[in-house]
Amino acid sequence: MEHVVIIGNGIAGVTAARHIRKKSDKRITIISSESKYFFSRTALMYVYMGHMRFEDIQPYENHFWKKNRIDLIEDYVDEVDFQSKTLKLLQTPPIHYDQLILATGSKPNKFGWKGQDFHGVQGLYSKKDLDLMEQNTRGISEAVLVGGGLIGVEMAEMLLSRNINVTFLIREKTFWGNALPESDSNFVTQHLNRHHGLTLLFEEELDEIIPDNSKRVKEIKTKSGKIIPCQFVGLAAGVSPNIDFLKKSELETDKGILVNPDLSTNQKDVYAIGDCAQFRTPINDRGPVEQVWYTGRMMGETVAQTIVGNKLNYQPSHWFNSAKFFDLEYQTYGRVWAKPKDNETSFIWKNDKEEVLLHFVFDKDSKEFKGINTFGLRLRHELFEKWLNEKATIQHVLKYLKTANFEPEFFKHFEKEIVESFNQEFDEKVELAPKKWWGKLMKDKV
Amino acid sequence: MGTTINYSIAGDKTQNLNLMQKLGLTLGAISLFILLLTWLTGLTLTPNWLYLFILLFGFSAGPVLYAIGTYKGLPAGIKNNGVYFNSLTNRGALGWIGAIILTLFYVCLYWYGDWFGDGTGAKGANEGTVALFDPLSQFMRGAPADKWFLYGTFYTVAIVFLGVKFMYKYRKNRYHFIRTVVVMFSQLVLAYILPYVLEGLNATAGGYYSLNPVNAWPLNSDFLTGYRIDARIAPENQPLGVAYMVWGIILFLIVTPFVTYLVGKRWYCSWFCGCGGLAETAGDNFRHLSDKSIKAWKIERWLVHSIMVFVMLMTVAVMYSYFSKSEFKLMMYFPAWVGYSLLFGLLGLAVLLFLFLYFKGKGKSRNFMLVGAVIGMVMIISMLFSYLGNSSQAFGINSNTIKKGYGFFVGAIFSGIVGVGFYPLLGNRVWCRFGCPMAGYMGIIQRFKSRFRITTNGGQCISCGNCSTYCEQGIDVRAYAQKGQNIVRAACVGCGVCTSVCPRGVLKLENGPEEGRVNDNPIIIGHEGHPTLRR
Ligand SMILES: Cc1cc2nc3c(=O)[nH]c(=O)nc-3n(C[C@H](O)[C@H](O)[C@H](O)COP(=O)(O)OP(=O)(O)OC[C@H]3O[C@@H](n4cnc5c(N)ncnc54)[C@H](O)[C@@H]3O)c2cc1C
Ligand code: SF4
Ligand code: SF4
Repeated sequence: MEHVVIIGNGIAGVTAARHIRKKSDKRITIISSESKYFFSRTALMYVYMGHMRFEDIQPYENHFWKKNRIDLIEDYVDEVDFQSKTLKLLQTPPIHYDQLILATGSKPNKFGWKGQDFHGVQGLYSKKDLDLMEQNTRGISEAVLVGGGLIGVEMAEMLLSRNINVTFLIREKTFWGNALPESDSNFVTQHLNRHHGLTLLFEEELDEIIPDNSKRVKEIKTKSGKIIPCQFVGLAAGVSPNIDFLKKSELETDKGILVNPDLSTNQKDVYAIGDCAQFRTPINDRGPVEQVWYTGRMMGETVAQTIVGNKLNYQPSHWFNSAKFFDLEYQTYGRVWAKPKDNETSFIWKNDKEEVLLHFVFDKDSKEFKGINTFGLRLRHELFEKWLNEKATIQHVLKYLKTANFEPEFFKHFEKEIVESFNQEFDEKVELAPKKWWGKLMKDKV
Repeated sequence: MGTTINYSIAGDKTQNLNLMQKLGLTLGAISLFILLLTWLTGLTLTPNWLYLFILLFGFSAGPVLYAIGTYKGLPAGIKNNGVYFNSLTNRGALGWIGAIILTLFYVCLYWYGDWFGDGTGAKGANEGTVALFDPLSQFMRGAPADKWFLYGTFYTVAIVFLGVKFMYKYRKNRYHFIRTVVVMFSQLVLAYILPYVLEGLNATAGGYYSLNPVNAWPLNSDFLTGYRIDARIAPENQPLGVAYMVWGIILFLIVTPFVTYLVGKRWYCSWFCGCGGLAETAGDNFRHLSDKSIKAWKIERWLVHSIMVFVMLMTVAVMYSYFSKSEFKLMMYFPAWVGYSLLFGLLGLAVLLFLFLYFKGKGKSRNFMLVGAVIGMVMIISMLFSYLGNSSQAFGINSNTIKKGYGFFVGAIFSGIVGVGFYPLLGNRVWCRFGCPMAGYMGIIQRFKSRFRITTNGGQCISCGNCSTYCEQGIDVRAYAQKGQNIVRAACVGCGVCTSVCPRGVLKLENGPEEGRVNDNPIIIGHEGHPTLRR
């Protein structure tokens, strides 16, 4: 029986294993040094905040793996010998593979800040980091976070939930400014400012971490010379592929493991998926490395098909993502670039009191809808996917906005105001269609 | 495996109480003290109206003040910080103490009413705790209180004021706001004030029956027993009695299946029902304690449906005996065969309904509908034998014995002690999930013939587990959401909390066409090339 070995039990590796099992009888082994059972990395924050226990963020019950004949090994792969197709592990005897899937994820960036290795300074990526954070933040009252992205804002929420005051150093002029247009990022900032105990310092960078006698952080200095006392420093300045153990092998790597459209690498029978993969030629408008949950899942689905014999290229559809900034929910469909592309224009509607902002992007001339950022209002993925596929116009999208609404029943509706405001701003005459059953709309051609 | 860290020492700061919280706790503690004092010592406090006022004020204002103190100044949103660090909500010492007090309360209520001073005084006057409730009872129904009046009052206070707390906790969420207003109204007006006021107006002079118009059979398992039917048709109880009789039949035969078809069982379980109302309001802080394992799901399906079948069987048996005895009131007007045909007709209808659901339903579990039909058939046949053999017992067992057993095991132990007493240990919906025959009945309709489902939002799920954790019915919502599958489950009471706690906006409770409602092989979108995907 062929042996498929997967290094990494994150969403990418586990999805691959599940789909291979669905379609084949191959022997499957997943190796991870982080934890025996798959857990949801995106939910680590909720364990710290006391919303869930660690076992609650494990999507499958422990008997699932045995039942599906997926062997789990908790150990670290130290070296891969691609010639003899063997893995050397720290504690387990060497393992032979017929096909190898590398799904090793990421690690937090450390940019060589002065003092980054003192006690109380850490990133947040793994379960180990979570445990460390638990220890590092016991009984403290002030923390500094570096890097204004999604993990940073999650760390801020975590710390605040334990009444630890947070100073957030953000290099850009606005929050998450490399991903969000200014209007949107200001809106998020406005929401963040409603939370007591959180101080945002824009255009500030970490210069040095200063320890006390026991090598524990006592304060930090910013590039502008500010001294901020703190007992914890969270490093949240992005992540990069976790491939150091492969660097010395003949596997071709750059920032990540270089992969072809079908996720194969330069080594025979070796594939890479998830955070650690880097596409030789980026697909569509996507970056070469994509470190999000969904892409990991989709790459896992794809590579599983190839492994069971239906060779498949990775073909992600339109971009989508979501996040939550404290209590403000964010979803995006299609592309809303931080800096609009040529010929793109925006329609922005917001209601500060209700904390809702919708940012539509469309083509100036053809009026083709390109993407949307939505804050404080849930929208239906299926319909936006369809509209993007069929190159619907912005007018069409607005017309059916009621049907695209994914808010719970009885929630306030804003569609009328939104459409009116669009008509006024662009001198248009869009008429809002009454709410239909969305399944019906899925069948209509645009 | 790595070491398991205890995440429970949440920095002592979060434990610090503010003034409002302290005030709330103080009021609650005073009330608890009065309750325990009168309960455990039998002391009769005078003037009783004053102590009653203090008691109820503390139990109502206390939690509301505490909630305001807790959530004040925080932006609207999900308030689950520290749920698993709190001794009350994490099965810690406080949780156990709470469970023990509640359980003892139920034990005394059901079997040792004397402890509350129910009619223990001279000439049957009340003492102790029940005596405190006399003024209110006199005011509402012109009679002294009894232990059930005490219970009803506590129950109503809990739903109304913890309902206020619930609405404040989930403020800005209009779904929770509206359904909580409805459930508060339903408990306060329909289940509490209306019955007692009617009672005060002598509506039950000719015999007692439930005056709560939303207490539907089979939850109200007594609905069709002989003495209740007699009470409803007693001349002294007219015209209300017959009206309640007719309404009760319409409620279980037409309203329940039809509304459940339209919007799912939530209309009852989390909008109108008293048990559900208490679970949603008083039990809100314990919803995460429900068991999410597949094993628990299996137990649930067996238990809840067995109890449902049992209630139906019991009802049929009781009615059968009723028709065979000419001393019952109804039988003075009807020949017995009318009653029997009615009974056979109803059972036949149930069999047809099961067959209908079997043919209309989707998924493997519809086979259980066939089992239901067979059970119905067996009941018809065995009853036929009894009928032909002129026996006065439908299934060869004494219907009263069955009823007593049900009252003890299901009525008292299950719905009271385990159902509410164990809130802090097993979660707030144990009864609704494992025991309630009404839930079983509506669950079958919801699963196989309904417009209700929870839709998942394309590919947005991050498998975080908030939805499953906070599902009071122990449904592993995440298992569906991460596959892009709709949640169509008999147990779902449509509380909408999974939707609220989902940080990615993945879940939506919806009523819509049945086509595509059960999507066993869903497509997760976002991925063009996948062979199971569209196009
Ligand atoms: C706090 C946080 C919040 C996030 N929130 C979101 C979000 O809301 N939405 C979103 O889309 N994305 C989010 N992400 C990103 C998302 O979690 C990742 O993109 C995704 O988990 C990557 O999955 P993966 O399977 O590629 O790798 P991973 O989940 O990192 O799994 C890789 C595993 O391989 C193991 N491993 C690596 N090397 C070895 C070796 N040599 N031997 C043995 N084991 C090894 C690692 O220990 C790890 O367990 C978040 C990330 C973090 C850290
Ligand atoms: S699935 Fe959701 S709506 Fe249904 S009972 Fe569970 S939490 Fe409530
Ligand atoms: S809460 Fe939402 S994102 Fe989390 S597992 Fe449930 S559906 Fe998925």
